[in-house]
Amino acid sequence: MQWETVIGLEIHAQLATNSKIFSGASIAFGADPNTQACNVDLGMPGVLPVLNEEVVRMAVKFGTAIGAELGKRSVFARKNYFYPDLPKGYQISQYELPIVGLGHVDIVLDDGVVKRIGVTRAHLEEDAGKSLHEDFHGMTGIDLNRAGTPLLEIVSEPDMRSAKEAVAYAKMIHQIIRYIDICDGNMQEGSFRVDANVSMRPKGQEEFGTRAELKNINSFRFLEKAINFEIERQIDVLESGGEVVQETRLYDADKDETRSMRSKEEANDYRYFPDPDLLPVEFDDDFITAVTADMPELPEARRQRFMDQYGLSIQDAVTLVSSRMQADYFEAVVAVSGDAKLSANWVMGELTAALNKEGQEISDTPVSAEMLGGLIQRILDNTISGKIAKQVFDAMWNGEGSVDEIIEAKGLKQITDSGAIEQIVDEVIAANPQQVENYRSAEEQKRGKMIGFFVGQVMKASKGKANPQQVNELLKQKL
Amino acid sequence: MSLARDDVEKIAHLARLAVSEDELDSVAAGLSDILQMVEQMSAVDTEGVTPMAHPLHMVQPLRPDRVSEENQRELFQSIAPQTEDGLYLVPKVIE
Amino acid sequence: MHNKSISELAAGLRAGEFSSVELVQHYLERISSLDPQLNSYISVCNETALEQAAHADQQIAAGDANPLTGLPIAQKDIFCTKGVKTSCGSHMLDKFISPYDATVVARMKQAGAITLGKANMDEFAMGSSNETSWYGPVKNPWDLEKVPGGSSGGSAAAVAARLCVAATGTDTGGSIRQPAAFCGITGMKPTYGRVSRYGMIAFASSLDQGGPMTRSAEDAAILLQAMAGVDPHDSTSVDEPVPNYSATLNDDLSGLKIGLPKEYFDSGLDDQVAKSIEEAIEEYKKLGAEVVDVSLPNTGLAVPTYYVVAPAECSSNLARFDGVRYGHRCEDPQDLEDLYKRSRSEGFGAEVKRRIMIGTYALSAGYYDAYYLKAQQIRHLISDDFKQAFEQVDVIMGPTTPTTAFGIGEKADDPVTMYLSDIYTIAVNLAGLPGMSIPVRPVDGRPVGLQIIGNYFAEARLLNVAHRLQQTTDWHQSAPGGFE
Repeated sequence: MQWETVIGLEIHAQLATNSKIFSGASIAFGADPNTQACNVDLGMPGVLPVLNEEVVRMAVKFGTAIGAELGKRSVFARKNYFYPDLPKGYQISQYELPIVGLGHVDIVLDDGVVKRIGVTRAHLEEDAGKSLHEDFHGMTGIDLNRAGTPLLEIVSEPDMRSAKEAVAYAKMIHQIIRYIDICDGNMQEGSFRVDANVSMRPKGQEEFGTRAELKNINSFRFLEKAINFEIERQIDVLESGGEVVQETRLYDADKDETRSMRSKEEANDYRYFPDPDLLPVEFDDDFITAVTADMPELPEARRQRFMDQYGLSIQDAVTLVSSRMQADYFEAVVAVSGDAKLSANWVMGELTAALNKEGQEISDTPVSAEMLGGLIQRILDNTISGKIAKQVFDAMWNGEGSVDEIIEAKGLKQITDSGAIEQIVDEVIAANPQQVENYRSAEEQKRGKMIGFFVGQVMKASKGKANPQQVNELLKQKL
Repeated sequence: MSLARDDVEKIAHLARLAVSEDELDSVAAGLSDILQMVEQMSAVDTEGVTPMAHPLHMVQPLRPDRVSEENQRELFQSIAPQTEDGLYLVPKVIE
Repeated sequence: MHNKSISELAAGLRAGEFSSVELVQHYLERISSLDPQLNSYISVCNETALEQAAHADQQIAAGDANPLTGLPIAQKDIFCTKGVKTSCGSHMLDKFISPYDATVVARMKQAGAITLGKANMDEFAMGSSNETSWYGPVKNPWDLEKVPGGSSGGSAAAVAARLCVAATGTDTGGSIRQPAAFCGITGMKPTYGRVSRYGMIAFASSLDQGGPMTRSAEDAAILLQAMAGVDPHDSTSVDEPVPNYSATLNDDLSGLKIGLPKEYFDSGLDDQVAKSIEEAIEEYKKLGAEVVDVSLPNTGLAVPTYYVVAPAECSSNLARFDGVRYGHRCEDPQDLEDLYKRSRSEGFGAEVKRRIMIGTYALSAGYYDAYYLKAQQIRHLISDDFKQAFEQVDVIMGPTTPTTAFGIGEKADDPVTMYLSDIYTIAVNLAGLPGMSIPVRPVDGRPVGLQIIGNYFAEARLLNVAHRLQQTTDWHQSAPGGFE
C-alpha cells in the first residue's frame, strides 16, 4: 500500500523578555537553582499573576508576521494537573481564546516549489520548572527558575507531508521569531522546542490516522531523523496488521529511535477554566500599529525581493534570507560590489565555509561586508582572478589587512602586460617540445582540451597572476 | 445527580486526595447531597446568556517588563519540607 | 479604653492620655484573660506588637501619626504576614511562616496599625460557623454555646469582645457580613476589586474580597481607607479613586431610596429577626428615606450557583498545597502519588476536601457545561437582578441572615443546611457588589444584622447610611456580658 505521512508541529518558543510572564523574576539562563524563583513563581499562598506587557507585544508581532487574525480579546485559562515542576498545580495558558488565531507561512521545497502551511493558533503560557534526576538519595530535585518563563506555543495545521517539509516549516518559524527578535531560538538550551504529531494514512484517504506525538527533539537534524524513524515505525506497525497507538514518544538521539513514554497512560483531564486571577487581554488597532511599526522585512518578503531585485534563484534567495544578519550582510556586500550573483556565491560559498569551519556565526566574521564587497570589486575590475581572490579572502580572514593592502603586500596583482605574459608563454613552449608536437599533430576538436596543459604551466610559472584570458589567446597564436 | 463509588475514586485521584474504601460510600453520599442541591440550576433557561467569569468588566492591566525580584531562596526554602543544594526534593519522578 | 472608637483612641494617643505600648498591653492582657473562652485568636503577636507600639509612640511624639498609628488590629489568619505564622485555619499551613506581607497587611502597617494577632477562621475560609478551623471552633461572645459565624468568626468575636480595636476579614459568600451579624458588629464587604487580594490566601478568586470588621461604621470608614486602592500586584484590583470615606458619613439621608427585595423576607426568615429588620427600616424612614419594593427573582439560585463556582475555583486554588515547597508533608512518602495524596488528605479538613471534590467534579470532562458554565450563566442572571433593582433604588436592605447565631454543632453534620444559611449574602459576592451588616435590635439577647447592599463602588454611601442609623440608635454600642 502507498502511505501518506501527515505531520503537524507544536513549537514552544521562550520569549526573550527580561522578566517572567507573570512575575518580576529574571529569566536569564543558567542561574543557580531556585535563585530566580520568586514567591509568585513558587506558587506561595496568596500570590497573584500580573501579565508582562512585553509578551503581548511579542505575540502581536508574531501574529502580524504570519498574517494571522489577532485575538483582540484573549483569555487566560488554567490547565490543571499535578506535577512537582508545576508549583501551583495548574499551568496558566490560553485555551478557548488565544491571542493569535489562524495564520500561515510559506515554505520552499527542494524543487523550488512554494508550499503554504497553516498555523492554527499561537497562545501565551508559562513554562514549568525542571526536574533533576541526578541522585539525591533516590529523590528528584526541583529547580523552579524556569517556572513562569513566557512561552509562545505555535500550533500548525497538519499540513506537512514529509520530514523535510516539517523541517522547512520549523526553520521558517525559527527564522521569523529571530527576525522579529522575540526568541533567541537556542534549541540546545530549550528556548525553541519542537514537538511533532505524526500519523500515516493510505494515499487518497481523507481521514487522518492515529497520531503519535514526538518530544525531546533539540535540533532540526534530529527533527528530521525522529520523524523519519517514526514514519518507518508506523508503516511497519500498519503493514503487519497492527494499529498505531495514540501516545507520546520520546526521541533518543543516541539510538536514533523514538520510544513510548512508559509513564502510566492515564486519561488526562485538565479541567481548563478561565483563570479568575487574570482578566481578558484586550488591544485595539492602534496598539497593533504601534507594536508593528518597527517590524523588519520578514523572510518571505525578503526572499521575493531578492529574487526580483537581484535576479537570484529561489534557492539562493531562501539560503540568503535564512537569517536576518546574513541577509543584511549580503545586501551590504552587494552595495559595495555591485554584482549580486557573485556576492551571493561568495557569501554562501567562501564565507559560509569559513564560518562553519570555525563554528562561528556571521556576527563573528572577521571579514566585514565592506571588505568582502571590496574583494569582489577587485575581481570585477580584473585586478585579481577569482582563484587569487580566495587567497586574499583567507588573508583578510586572518586579519592581514584590507583587500588592496594584501594584494599589494603579496604581489598578487594580476599580470595583464602582454609582453610579460608572452615571455612566460614562450618559455613554457620551449620547455615542453613533446607536448607542443602532440598538440600540433592533434585534430582541431581535441586541441581545446590539450591547451589546458599549457595554460596550467603558464599560470603556475606566473604564480597564478597572469590574466587567464590573455594566456589563452597568446597560446593559441603561438602554438 | 448521585455519585457512585468509582466516581468518587476518579474525582479523588484527580484532586490527589486519599479516600479510603471505608469512606467511599459516605463521601459519595455527602457529595451527592450537594450536587442534588446544585441541580436546581438545570431548570433555568440560560440560552444565549453570556457566562460571567468576573464581576467587573475590566481588562487585564499590563506590567512593565522589568526585573523587580531579588533572590530570596534562603528565606523561601526555610519553610520547605525538604531541600538540598538549593533544590526542592520529592520522591523519584519516573519519566 | 477598649470601648473607645478609633478616632477617640487616636486622639487619646496624640493627647498623651495613654501610649500605644499601654494600649497594646491592655489588649494583650484582655486576650490572655478572656480569649481562652472564645478561641478567637490563632496567634497573638505579643513581642512584635509591643515593638511596633514603641515605634508608634515615637512617631506620635514626633507628630508623624496617621489615623491608625499605634492602634492594635487583628488580622484574619488568611492574610500573609511576614515572619508570622499564617495558617488560614488549616493544619496544612500550621508551620507556614509567611515570607511576605499581603498588600492589606503592608498597607495597615504603612498606616501605622499594629498587628496584635491573627484571628481564627474557618479552614481556608470555607465555612459559616468557624467550626471547620483546625484550631478549634470560636465561641460567640454573646452566648458561648453559639457559633460566631464564619468564616471570619475569630475576627468578629474578637471585635465584639473588645479583644482588638478592629479587625480585617474576608468575604467570599458572606464571611464578613454573617459573623458580623451573629456577633453584633459592623462588617463590610467592599466591591470586588476595591481591596487587593494579593497575599490573601485564595479560596474563590472571583468572589473573595477583604474588608473591615469594626464596632461602628465610623471605624469601618477609617479601616477601609487604609485597606482600599488599586494594587499593581493584583490584576483584579480596580484603578478607581478611593474617596474619603469619613468625609461623607454624616450626609443627609432624606430622599434615599431603599429597596426591600421581597425574596429576602420570605418564609425562610425568622419572624423575630424580620421584626428587628422592619424596626430598623422604620428608623430610616424617620431619617427621611423612602422605601420601595423590589425583586431579585433569582435569589433562590444564588446558593446552588455559588456551590459550583466557589468549589471549582477552590479546587484549582488549593492544588498548590502539595507538600513540596511549603506546608504539611506526610511522613515517609513512598512515591510522588503518595506524597500528594497523604500530604493533602492529612493537611486538609473534611469541609475543604468536600469542596475540592465538588469543584473537581464540576470542572471535569463531560460535566463542565452542565455545572461550571451553567453556573457562570446564572451568575450573570443574578447580577442582572441587582442591576435592574439599582435602576430604581440607592441601596437594598434586608436581613443578613435568616436567623440569629445557631448552636455549635447544630449544623456541622449537614453541609447543605449550613450552606443555605448564607442565602441572603451569597448573591452579593456573585455580583461583586459591596454589602454591609450592621447590628440592629437583638432577639433574645442575640445580635441581628441588617444587610445594606449598594451599587458598585458605593462604599462611601453604605458607610454613610450605616453611620446615620448608628447616630440615632445605640444597638452597635452594647457589649456582650463579661466583655464590657
